[in-house]
This record gives sequence, structure tokens and C-alpha cells, in this order.
Amino acid sequence: MTSHSLLTKEYRTINYVSGPLIFTENVKGVSFGETAKITLPNGEERTGQVLDVSRELAVVQVFEGTSGIDDLNTRVRFTGEPPKVNVSFDMLGRIFDGVGNPRDGGPAIVSEESVDITGTPINPYARDKPADFIQTGMSAIDGLNTLVRGQKLPIFSGSGLPASRLAAQIARQAKVVGEGENFAVIFAAMGITYKDASFFMRDFERTGALERVVFFMNLADDPTIERVATPRCALSVAEYLAYTHDLHVLVILTDMTNYCEALREISTAREEVPGRRGYPGYMYTDLASIYERAGRIKGKRGSITQIPILTMPDDDITHPVPDLTGYITEGQIVLSRDLYRRGVDPPIDALPCLSRLMNLGIGPGKTREDHRNVADQLYASYAYGRDLRRLVAIVGEEALTELDKKYLEFADEFERRFISQGDEDRDIETTFGIGWDVLSMLPEEELKRIKLDYIQKYHPVHKGS
Amino acid sequence: MLQGLISRISGPVVYAHGMRGSRLYDVVRVGHEQLNGEIIRLDADEAVIQVYEDTSGLKVGEEVVDTESPLSVELGPGIISSIYDGIQRPLPILMEKSGDFISRGITAPGLDRDRKWEFAPSVKQGDALVAGDVVGTVHEYHIEHKIMVPPNVSGTVTEIAGGNFTVEDTVCVLDNKTNVTMMQKWPVRIGRPYAKKLDATSPLLTGQRIFDSMFPVTKGGTAMIPGGFGTGKTVSEQTLAKWADAQIIVYIGCGERGNEMTDVLTEFPALVDPRTKRPLIQRTIMIANTSNMPVAAREASIYTGITMAEYYRDMGYDVALMADSTSRWGEALREVSGRLEEMPGEEGYPAYLATRLAAFYERAGRVVCLGADGRTGSITVVGAVSPPGGDFSEPITQNTLRIAGAFWALDTSLAYRRHFPAVNWINSYSLYLDSVQESFVDSIAYDWRDLRDKTMFLLQKEVELQEIVQLVGPDALPETEKAILEVTRMIREDFLQQSAFDEIDSFCPLEKQYWMLKAILAFNDATTEALSRGISLQQVLALPVKTAIARMKEQEELDAIKGLIDVIDSSVGSLEAAT
Repeated sequence: MTSHSLLTKEYRTINYVSGPLIFTENVKGVSFGETAKITLPNGEERTGQVLDVSRELAVVQVFEGTSGIDDLNTRVRFTGEPPKVNVSFDMLGRIFDGVGNPRDGGPAIVSEESVDITGTPINPYARDKPADFIQTGMSAIDGLNTLVRGQKLPIFSGSGLPASRLAAQIARQAKVVGEGENFAVIFAAMGITYKDASFFMRDFERTGALERVVFFMNLADDPTIERVATPRCALSVAEYLAYTHDLHVLVILTDMTNYCEALREISTAREEVPGRRGYPGYMYTDLASIYERAGRIKGKRGSITQIPILTMPDDDITHPVPDLTGYITEGQIVLSRDLYRRGVDPPIDALPCLSRLMNLGIGPGKTREDHRNVADQLYASYAYGRDLRRLVAIVGEEALTELDKKYLEFADEFERRFISQGDEDRDIETTFGIGWDVLSMLPEEELKRIKLDYIQKYHPVHKGS
Repeated sequence: MLQGLISRISGPVVYAHGMRGSRLYDVVRVGHEQLNGEIIRLDADEAVIQVYEDTSGLKVGEEVVDTESPLSVELGPGIISSIYDGIQRPLPILMEKSGDFISRGITAPGLDRDRKWEFAPSVKQGDALVAGDVVGTVHEYHIEHKIMVPPNVSGTVTEIAGGNFTVEDTVCVLDNKTNVTMMQKWPVRIGRPYAKKLDATSPLLTGQRIFDSMFPVTKGGTAMIPGGFGTGKTVSEQTLAKWADAQIIVYIGCGERGNEMTDVLTEFPALVDPRTKRPLIQRTIMIANTSNMPVAAREASIYTGITMAEYYRDMGYDVALMADSTSRWGEALREVSGRLEEMPGEEGYPAYLATRLAAFYERAGRVVCLGADGRTGSITVVGAVSPPGGDFSEPITQNTLRIAGAFWALDTSLAYRRHFPAVNWINSYSLYLDSVQESFVDSIAYDWRDLRDKTMFLLQKEVELQEIVQLVGPDALPETEKAILEVTRMIREDFLQQSAFDEIDSFCPLEKQYWMLKAILAFNDATTEALSRGISLQQVLALPVKTAIARMKEQEELDAIKGLIDVIDSSVGSLEAAT
């Protein structure tokens, strides 16, 4: 940076401050998207980024907020560089703030490289097809919505639901059969509470995974606008570890709803035409620039798998944040308050869940030949059972046929035994075993989704004989 | 060449002054890195430019150069099986030049300049040619790529020879000194001319029961697939791309997922077209502008795609174009419009959204192509729509509804219970039922339409009965109505549901579809008749023939399904009332 200071000018021409933005006049040679250093009258230095630049004016968003900035003595210096983060293998086991400065009191990182946090899009032609089954040890995921390496699978949660526990359990148990120590977890916290953050930290510590984790912490009381940079910093490090050091990286981003709110704050300050619920019209594109950084690249050994967590305001899945996320990610895991109250742990509501890449990671040689059929059958039967529950609420159980009563019972057992599992780490065979067990509660001719051969081979009734 | 200077940068939109004399929609090169852009507004001496690449790092005062030509694509042999970005840059070339990530300011021609193609002339010296006439052919895989006289050109052949040529070599000279090459350039925002538009009458068969039998689309028609996330828009589009009986498929990944394009890229070379027995990739053109690629290029991508489709249509082929998703295109339009500070229309979309959408869909159709031989070709457009929150009242869905001929409404609740394709049979419609009537009668059977209408009638009846069941329980229904519920369940589960991933079921020939439906309705008739004889529904349902109906999907032998009808009649007919 020092080499630049000789060339760069400092401006004292701020003429307008609004929300997270400052407007600097009479600037010259400023480029779009570059980093600005803002020096406050009290000597404090803050960082910003150019959002709009014209012949007269540069609009700068200040990551640390604008309080204390005046329009007389505050100085703005443009560095000529895009926002960058220093990356290094030594970041594993360390804790950073939302823009990549150490916050664990440890020494500064000796960077191996400094990379632009915005990232560049992966050429779709260079992408490799995700194909490796990740065993998370959770039946609802492994059995019904399989996660594969290079996928982005968010958890849609509601306030008060145990999304963090689920994410931590996945991070703890996730493994690919026959894999060594070449994994890393990147944890990016955006606006979550200290309590939530320390839960993750303790959990990683307990399981001895701490030295494989990089933390980026932007907590609830940290500057809001910094959150816009946090996931990008985290993913830049992830890309570096995955594609330079061949690690399989799992990135946990929490909570994306807070991220989107920061985005909305900037958009409002810029007086842009608001989209749905005041979020900017380009939020889809913006979120895509984060989520699409998951994946695998041909010829590279590493991979990036993302598990973003978001809170659905008022449990509303059609709210713009979960909605736009669902349109970009490759499926979603949805938590349900109903199931949570009924003591199902984890309270995963199977019906709205989906893994779009499931078919790439299952089948003979990966999981088992009957996987697709069993998952489809469980889904169809459970959906029917759930419909019946609604019906029973109106007409009473007596009005049901014998068969329908069996479905009702099936739905209960399915939730109690298949979905609910607490801290248990189930391998895929166990998951199939439980799946077939609950399916065997239904008459065999009801199992229309399963090929006859598989029924002969795996149905508990035939298996014994 | 006209040159100006950047005066403002706001995301993908750049303002440049000193641009007086430039034309709207001219392509410009922006800044030192020569980023590609297009002029979208002129205001005195200022031009507003949408840039197809990331604008980070651009500075006020950098130069802008007007290329003085509109955004165009290169048309010629070599397009098939290629994968392009939104402005026809081949992605494999971009990867060669810039690695795994797409960097900026790279130019790459759409067609390979070095590759030689074997040209076989089909006209001779002295022949008088008009625009659209075929001067010769080139083999692009199994497809006969016709080299045509470009639109607005005509004359008498003075020179023509066969042999191996690159796309830039002259293969034919006309008496007015026009050199015809194998490559044409065409501006994407202007539809390629044709002689006459025709009514579309033959169905585009897709091997999907819900589409072919229930809500068919014609070759030259338009269809829309709206649905919330996870309802299977992309799987439907990909299934159509795989099995539709078109000769050329243009698949546009417009603002969607990167991994999905990889899926198409790896799957299509391995899959075989059931009709030509060739790998599917050999009839497919792909355009990938994923959601994280620049938003302005996303806006251009559907025009790039349809221009290529028109080029193959002009050769007399049936082309099917899949656009996934048009909502992302609309959003790109909205984003650029917002940056221009235009007065927003509904939900922030620009007021011209409806016109742009209509103009795009109207480029579909069956036409008599230019050229003296009067050949016909068609473009079928199937557009996916991603309504926010699955709410169909939003502008893109509503505006598309006004244009599209087939409406395939995807339903979240069907998707939740894994009923795929999750097409809601009550809400969907097709305006082409009458148009395809004749063709279906010729190719399948005279009573196709009766079966179809009967099925719809039963499904509609089911909705009414379900309402009663919700109030009083299923036991309150008389046997005959319970029977209807059983039959409609059969229709839903054993006919409408179709697995896109099953080896046999993923493609269901039209004839099989007909016999499957016929069998289910035979069961319906037999049951009604049996009930009238005093036989209980329980007895009918206990028959093994019910399981046989459920397994029709897995059945490859058509005769077995035909034979099932006799089995149904005899086994249900021979039931005797319990005493």
C-alpha cells in the first residue's frame, strides 16, 4: 500500500453523508469498485468501496458505518485497488473479523496471496459435475435429500429453531467414504449473536476440528455494512484452499437474512427503486454471486460445498430472502416449528426439502440401487399421510378406511423414527434399514414407486426368507 | 471510428460523453480493457451503455469506442454442440484464454476460423438465385447444414466450386459481385426474415404424457412453464430438450445455476436421441449465462439463442428453443432499467416489459422460409418462468400468459409429494388441442380427443369430490363416487406421474400413452358397469389387474398394454356380487 500513497490524493470534499454512504466531490481517476480509505478527524481509519462514480462525484459505502464522519475534516483516499483479502494456509484455526483482520489476538497473517474478494464467475465449461456422496449421518438428508460435494444446500430456519445445531452436526459428521484429512470448514458469521457464534466455536473445539476451521466473525454489534464483504472474504479463502491447496471445503454462512438486510440498507441509502419488501431488484444477482462460488472445477482436487443458513421471517418461505435463495441453490433443508414442538429432533420438514443434485450422488456404487425408489416412496407415502392428518382433524379418525389409518400411523412413525435421531450419527445402511422398516408398515402393493426387484431384495419380509 | 470518454460508472451501466453520431444498439468497446457493451440510450452527446462484463476497475475518462455495428451473432457450420455465453463467445475458448474463471475483455469469435468444412454445391454456374436459396450443403454431424444466400441478396451464380473451406472463404460468387461465404452475421435484436407465417398444426412430441396427451404444444407454438423453486422447471426443460422431436434444440441457461449447465454438458453427449440414434449433443446448441455472470449479457442471451434458432429454421428444420428462465431475463431488464432511473412500472419492471416479452415469443412460429423451394421450418419456444414466492400474479407470468399457447403450471404442493412432472392438470391449458386434432387422429386413433376429454372430466370431478371429502369424510360418498376417486388416483399416479430419471419411463412414445390411458378408462367403464350389477368396489379393487395397471409404466411391450384391456374387461366382468 505504501507505494501507492505517493501517487494517491486525499480528498476533503465530502459533501453528503447518508446512512452507510458518503459522497465525495471533484474526484479524479477513481475507478468503479475500488477501495477507499477514510480517515476521520480523530485519526480513526475506515474502509469503503466505490459504488458509483461520475465526473463530479464518487459514492462510497463505508463498511464500518458513517457515524463520526464530518464533511469538513474527514479525508478520503482512493487506493486504486479492489477490496482484497490476504489468504494463506495458516488461516486454518484462526478467527477473523468480517473483512479478514485477525480478531483472536494472534499475529497478522503472512499472506501467500492477496485476492479480490468479489471473485470472478467460474466458466460453466470448466465446472466438474458434483458426484461424490457426502454422508452427513442425518437420515432426512442422506436418505431423502442427499448432499454431494460441490453443492450449495441452504438450511431454511425460523427464529428459535435449532438450525445452528443441525449445521454443526453436519459439519461434525460429514464425510465421504474413504477420505483422509484434506478437509476444511469455513465459518462466516453475519450479524449473529455472540451466543450463536460461541456455540459453533465450542462445538468445533469439542470435536477437535478447531484447527481445520477458519472463522469470519461479524457479530450482531459489529458494523452492518461489513456484512456485505464477509461472505465474499470467506469464499475467497475457500477458493484459495480448495483450488490451491486441494482441500474439500465446507462453507457455512449464517445468517443470510442479516446479509440481505445490509444489502437493503445500502440500496435504500442510494434511493434505488425498491423491489419486493424493499429489497433491491438486483438481490437475485447479488446472492448468486455468493452462492455460485460453490462447486468443483475440472482437474482440481478440491471442492467447495456451501451450507448457508437463513432465517425465514415469520416462517414465511415466500419471503424474498428464502425465495431468491431457493431459486439459486441446489435445493433446501427446511425446518418446521410444528415438528420442533412435537419433539422431532432435528425438526426437518421433509416435504418442502429438496436436493437437486441428489441423483448425481446416489445409486449403485455410491449408496445403493434402491435409493431413488425408496426416497420417492417415503415421500409419496408421507405426503399422503400428512394430507390425512388434516382430514382427520375435520372428520375424525373413524371416518378413515383401514388403509388410510395405516398411512396415518406410517406418517407418525416416519417422523419419530426416520427423521428424528438426536445426536446419533447414522451411516447410510442404517438409514435405509429404518426407511424399509417404516415402509413395511404399509401393504406391499402400495409401494408403487419401488421396482418389484428391489421389493424382493430389500423388503424386510422378503429379506429374512 | 467514433470515440467518447466515460463520464460515469454505475454497476453494469456506463455513461459516456462525446458520443454524438452513434446509433442506438451499437456495440461499443469500453475502457482500456475493451469490455463489450451496447448503447441503450442516447441523450445529446451522452450515450448510456450496458456492459456485458464486470465493470470493476473502470475509470471516469477512459475511452469508449463505437464499433458502429449492432450486437450480432455469427451463423454458419460449427454452431451445433457448441456452448456459448450470452454474447456468443465459445466457453471452451474462454477457458483456453483465461482459465477456469472468466476474466474480462476477452474476445473470441463465435465460429472457428481455422476449421475446414467440406462444401458440396447444389447449384451451378448460371443459376439465378434469390435470398434464402441453398447454394450447397455441409455436414454438421448428421445434420445437413444448408449454406444459404443471405437475406436481401440475389443474383446469378458466376462461380461455384466444391471442396474444403473455412467459414470465411468464398464458396459462391454472384454476378453482382456478392461473395457468398458459409458464415452470415445477423443482428440479434432483429428477427430473420421469412416468406410467410403458417398455422402450426403438427404436435411437438416430447414423450411426456402430461404434455403430449393432455396439454400438447405444436411445432411452431409457444409454451410457458411457471413454477416456484423446486417444482421442476429445469428438469422439465431438460427433459424436453432431451426428448422433443425437433431436429435442433437451442438450450438457453439464462441466469440459472452453473452446475445445471455442467449437467447438460456431461449428460447430453452420452444420451441417444431415440429417433436418430445419435448422441443428443449433436443436435443441441447451448447458451450458458449463469446467474453470477454479467447481468447485461444475460439480457442478450435469449436474443442470441433465438437468432441461432431462426438460422436453422431458415434451412427448413424444426427447432425447439428452451429458455430457462425468462424471469431472470426480465430481472436483468429491470436491473438495467433501474440504473437508467427510468420510471418503474409494476414491481419495478420497466413499462416496456410486456412488449419485449411479446416480441421475443412472436419470433416463434412455423414459416415458409425464404428461397425459391418454399421449404418450411419452425421454432417452438418453451420458456420457464420463476415467479417470486410461486405467485403467478407477478408481471412476468402475467405478461407471458397473454402470449403463450400452452400453459404448464407447476405446482409446489405436487412437488412436495414428489408428483413429477408437477404440472397442475386443473390450472394448465393448451390452446393447440384443436390444431393437433387431425395429426393425432392420423397418427394414433380417432378417439384420442374423447379419451383426453374424458380424463379431464374425471380429474375435474375429483376436485369437486375432494371438497366433499374434506367436509364429511370419504365414507359418506356413494360407491360410484368412491370409484371415481380410485380411477382418478390411477390417472394421477399411473399415468400423469412420470419419472424423468427412469430408463424406460423417461420417454413414453405417443402410442403407449394412448393405450395406457385407454386401459385406465377401460377400468373405469368396467368398474361402473360392475357397480351397477351390485358388485362392491372392494371386490373390484382387490383384483390383481389394478397392480398390472400400476406397472404399465415399466412395460416396454405395447402389446402387453393392449392386452391388458381384455384382461380388465374379463376379470371385472366376471366378478359376481357377494351374497
